[in-house]
Amino acid sequence: MMKSAPTVAFFDFAGCEGCQLTVLDALQTHPDLLSAIEIVEFREAMSEKADSYDVAFVEGSCTRESDETRLRRIRDQATIVVALGACAHTGGVNAMRNDHEIDNLKRVVYADAFDHFEAHQTRPISEVIRIDAFLPGCPIDREEFIRAVKALCLGRMPVIPEVPVCMECKLSENACLLQQGKPCLGPITRAGCGALCPSLGVGCEGCRGMIPNPNLEALETIFSQKRCSPRELRSMLSLFLTHPLQSEEVTAYESS
Amino acid sequence: MKAVKTKAIQIDIQHLTRAEGHGNIVVDFDNGELNKCALEIVEAPRFFEALMRGKPYRQASHIASRICGICAVTHATASLRASEKALGIVPSPQTTRLRKLNILGEMLDSHILHVYMLVAPDLLEVGSVIPLASSAPELVLRALKMKKVAGDLCQLIGGRHTHPISMVTGGFTHYPSRESLVELYDRLVDLRHEMDATVDTFQDLHFPEFENETEYLALHTEGEYCLIDGEIISSDGGSWPVEEYLEVTNETVVHHSTAKHSRNQRRSYLVGALARFNINFADLHPKARSAASALDLKPKCVNPYLNTVAQIVEMVHCVEEAIAILTRITREGLSVELPVVQKRPSGEGVGACEAPRGTLYHHYAIQDETISFANCITPTAQNLANIEADMRALVPQFCGQGKETLSRHLEMLVRAYDPCISCSTHALEVRFI
Ligand code: SF4
Ligand code: SF4
Ligand code: SF4
Repeated sequence: MMKSAPTVAFFDFAGCEGCQLTVLDALQTHPDLLSAIEIVEFREAMSEKADSYDVAFVEGSCTRESDETRLRRIRDQATIVVALGACAHTGGVNAMRNDHEIDNLKRVVYADAFDHFEAHQTRPISEVIRIDAFLPGCPIDREEFIRAVKALCLGRMPVIPEVPVCMECKLSENACLLQQGKPCLGPITRAGCGALCPSLGVGCEGCRGMIPNPNLEALETIFSQKRCSPRELRSMLSLFLTHPLQSEEVTAYESS
Repeated sequence: MKAVKTKAIQIDIQHLTRAEGHGNIVVDFDNGELNKCALEIVEAPRFFEALMRGKPYRQASHIASRICGICAVTHATASLRASEKALGIVPSPQTTRLRKLNILGEMLDSHILHVYMLVAPDLLEVGSVIPLASSAPELVLRALKMKKVAGDLCQLIGGRHTHPISMVTGGFTHYPSRESLVELYDRLVDLRHEMDATVDTFQDLHFPEFENETEYLALHTEGEYCLIDGEIISSDGGSWPVEEYLEVTNETVVHHSTAKHSRNQRRSYLVGALARFNINFADLHPKARSAASALDLKPKCVNPYLNTVAQIVEMVHCVEEAIAILTRITREGLSVELPVVQKRPSGEGVGACEAPRGTLYHHYAIQDETISFANCITPTAQNLANIEADMRALVPQFCGQGKETLSRHLEMLVRAYDPCISCSTHALEVRFI
């Protein structure tokens, strides 16, 4: 259904631009991508703008009312909208603010000048506009991005794994960190990064979001058996999973 | 160029392109009066300092790196230094060396992105790097090749190009293999050709002539081009331990804008490549100093557009320094050290690093291993007042040449600073005119 060289645009909302940087990295290793797609808008790298595009990649979370108008315009002008990275996909680290009163946060950072700007709770873009696909991770995985573009060029949607990070971790023959009493969210986190963090000796922080039906109670039990404190588990879950935990059907997990 | 008295010029550049993050340039010039001249930050605020409160200190560097995808390594390092100083952790010399190597990689990466992809299109008068790919493919391919080496360096040391994984307080959780370090060494040696070619290319390009003297601030240590720790030095004289950063950065609310501005001894000051060049010229690698003379850049340079040239000089320095560190590491080998553990559960500390865009501070108070207070002052936030001061000086000089030329010069000026708007956590949104 797609033309031979689809027009592609990139947009950014609240985020760190690390996902867009990863896109530049991908173009670096796969310069041939530039002939397979036509980039028509990419504020960080170019001055040109476009009125319509086949694929819009959207980085960052929706954190202001004014973001909604921009997001809806992008939806109107695009055939396919892809959420790029954790901020867009789950709210990412930006959603940590949803655990606080926004006015308090404003006061902590901006003191007296706190009411000079707009700031709301953080939402993934799927709560504002319909999305057709997402690429998880903070930042996105370079290879996954390339595979996604290839799929889109062929008129298909990118396929994102639904198994937990532990699967890839076992395939990499890593010694399990959780078994050693080090916190790791691998059992509930969506694979696809090749168990990057555990392979480097650091517990998974859940940046790719949760697998369908994550067993949080079991995770909590393992944590307590391994003498990782419930507080540690809570603050780890809050890094990237604040929004999914608040919104999805995983309320069985009662933090105490 | 004389100001044309009767001419009215209104400039409203929304969402400046080829910059990190969202910013607007607004100018209102009428009857010889400059009514408004501002760089508005319209990036959504992200509240990192508030969000860090209540988190275990071990998570701080991972949160901090998400402030900016371009300067993630420097944010992580400044954050680690703040926690380490608070908790009495003294990292080994090997750890410090690896961190420095990682920062050199990030600085190189960021400078290449800025110089080649964001600024070069202005100098070559094209809209972006995309048309440049057909009009000057060798330039774009060179930039991509260089960027790849820099990114791979960061990935090798920190585990990922952006948002390092294996850097933790007290050390590293993972070490690269000897073979991968040797391979990286070879690729960096090879980059010397690209660096020579870069100097050649930019020798022939023309930057606007504009001077606006200001105060320049950078970190300084005896005998090395300082990237981590050190003390704060001013070109106006004066030095401060990094713990006294608040006295130097002095964030204040100014009348004409709601953005907080930094001022030290004057109304504004400049941090970043040009400031480091002006202050630490003597500590640059000799090859970087010869690149400077080939590019006709001398301290003390007061043309802000030449920040780009100072970045090229620093790129040469980064390549040479990284080669020197890798020479030592591959000779001595890396010892697998366990991260140094904390001495105490509570304390307060300030970490400072030279990020690509200038001095970056992280300041934490830690109570029972939990962050109870966090403050972060980014280079762009410090430069904002100076960018506006330059804009105000520039408008009368170029307004006689018409709105288009003036707009172009203003955009180029802001871009020369390489403002990383997404990380100006202290900058407020302004919405008027
Ligand atoms: S998902 Fe992570 S890397 Fe991507 S924009 Fe958000 S914070 Fe940055
Ligand atoms: S280290 Fe983490 S990801 Fe790997 S197997 Fe253990 S729990 Fe799973
Ligand atoms: S291991 Fe976990 S935190 Fe690390 S990249 Fe993979 S999903 Fe993200």
